[in-house]
Amino acid sequence: MRTLLEPFAYGFFRHAIWVAVLTGALCGLIGTYVVLRAMSYIGHGLSHAVFGGAAIAFVLGVHPLLGAFVIGVVASGLISGISRRRTIGADAAIGVITSGLFAVGIAIIAVRDLGGFSDALLFGSVLGVTSKDVVLVALTASASAIVVFVRYRQLLFATFDPEVAEVSGVSTVWIDLLLALILASTITVTMNVVGVMLIAAMLVIPPVIGRLLTDSFHRMLWISVATGAVCGFGGVYLSYYLDWPSGATVVLTAAALFVVAYVVSSLRNRRPLPDAGFDVH
Amino acid sequence: MSRTCKAATLPTIDTDRAPGELIRLEKVTCRYGHDPVLLNIDLTVGRGDFIGVVGPSGSGKSTLLKTIAGSVRPIAGSVVRDKSVTIGYVPQVETVNWYFPITVREAVLMARAQGRSMPWSSRAERREADEVLERLGLGGLGERHIRELSGGQQQRVFVARAMLRRPQLLLLDEPTSGVDVRTRHDVMHLIHDLHHDGLAIVLTTHDLNGIASHLPSLVCLNREVIAVGTPRQVIRPDVLERTYGAPLEVLTHGGMPVVVEQYPDLDEPGGDDVVPLREGHHEHPA
Repeated sequence: MRTLLEPFAYGFFRHAIWVAVLTGALCGLIGTYVVLRAMSYIGHGLSHAVFGGAAIAFVLGVHPLLGAFVIGVVASGLISGISRRRTIGADAAIGVITSGLFAVGIAIIAVRDLGGFSDALLFGSVLGVTSKDVVLVALTASASAIVVFVRYRQLLFATFDPEVAEVSGVSTVWIDLLLALILASTITVTMNVVGVMLIAAMLVIPPVIGRLLTDSFHRMLWISVATGAVCGFGGVYLSYYLDWPSGATVVLTAAALFVVAYVVSSLRNRRPLPDAGFDVH
Repeated sequence: MSRTCKAATLPTIDTDRAPGELIRLEKVTCRYGHDPVLLNIDLTVGRGDFIGVVGPSGSGKSTLLKTIAGSVRPIAGSVVRDKSVTIGYVPQVETVNWYFPITVREAVLMARAQGRSMPWSSRAERREADEVLERLGLGGLGERHIRELSGGQQQRVFVARAMLRRPQLLLLDEPTSGVDVRTRHDVMHLIHDLHHDGLAIVLTTHDLNGIASHLPSLVCLNREVIAVGTPRQVIRPDVLERTYGAPLEVLTHGGMPVVVEQYPDLDEPGGDDVVPLREGHHEHPA
């Protein structure tokens, strides 16, 4: 038992565990909406865009998180605006804007020495997090949870059926903006943990596990949040013993759980549906 | 998503309506991008009206419903509607994401998205939802996933969602598209029952014989209103040709107009296995 609890004796590990659990839960929460809106590619693209923003801010002497957040919000707005004009598709808009901003970041680190900062952004450095990082992720997670709690019904309606939600008095423009802000905040404050290369996985895998295990929205949300938190905890804990990069271990833990959920879901779906006396269609 | 056009004249919403009138469109024009979708539409929907909108694909039927519902704003003209008029909107089932994780009760309770801010529904809300489901023949299916229902039951889930808003006007976009004949009958009986309960109904349909000819009044639409009237008044070769841009023959059967599609290039002359309508005779344009 002492061996199992050994890493908790270190302050850096306790910080790492807290921030990883909160990051996993936060990604699971916002990722549910990302996945159900078929926006997984936006999560992937935005994480690359904020890298460019952080690199630009670093060079300008501004706090990198501020640069990352501003660029994240601007990129969300540009993607939304371009895709609404229907001249090019949303996927192409994401590809152009986020890859362009990522390329800016790559160009900056090629000409300016950012030290270990660029590696931390790209691949995550959960073992280097400070108590300030924990507080920042905790505040973002709490604020996001409150927004989802208060706007739960509108978020669900606008995600499932935006046309009818609009007719029914839900402002889908505001809901989309709210979601973009939460997504940009989430990616910004969690990129230190798993890195921009892997953050999209944490936005996608926990909700997909939830989807595999339930047909109910609210249960999917809970499963996704819990799975994200478990992956954060398990990944950082395993990384201590395996001496693997923490971000990659968190994502590998999530991938392993996905395989388990997929097998369980496949076995369950082989059972015939209960007879409900439905029409054949 | 609200698709708005930059308005030359914004729609006015006021109470200057005739008694019994729910909504009035005056010279309404809408367009997406540069393409006009609706041109100078005048239409009034009153209490207890039952109106079918027919027209070819791309004629603006769905846009007309969305304009009435308020999710599409015209670039010209006005929509006169009292704010107290509640509208229920039933989308095309083809647009529904059937793999979305949602139970029947969760889908129906979306109608209360503007209600209390708690994520979970109250006991009263659940009871009300269950009452509507029971009334529409979906009792006991609240915990089912929407994909597990039959075509007719799926359509009724979204009617139930609209009904939970306690609307005075129900808008249905292609309520019978993609369903078999039996389901079409079930859905139409349900809609007729709701109309008999006092609900005004506007629906769009492609089905001239199975649906449109059985409705009290029709609007023939092809970006602009081609004709308004009873099925006997508007289901005529001249009106249909102007609406659909193709010649269509109209017979009458049991006093009802029946539209016959003919393909001169494809039809074999003298096909013996085609049984002619015994009561049928050609309807000549007025």
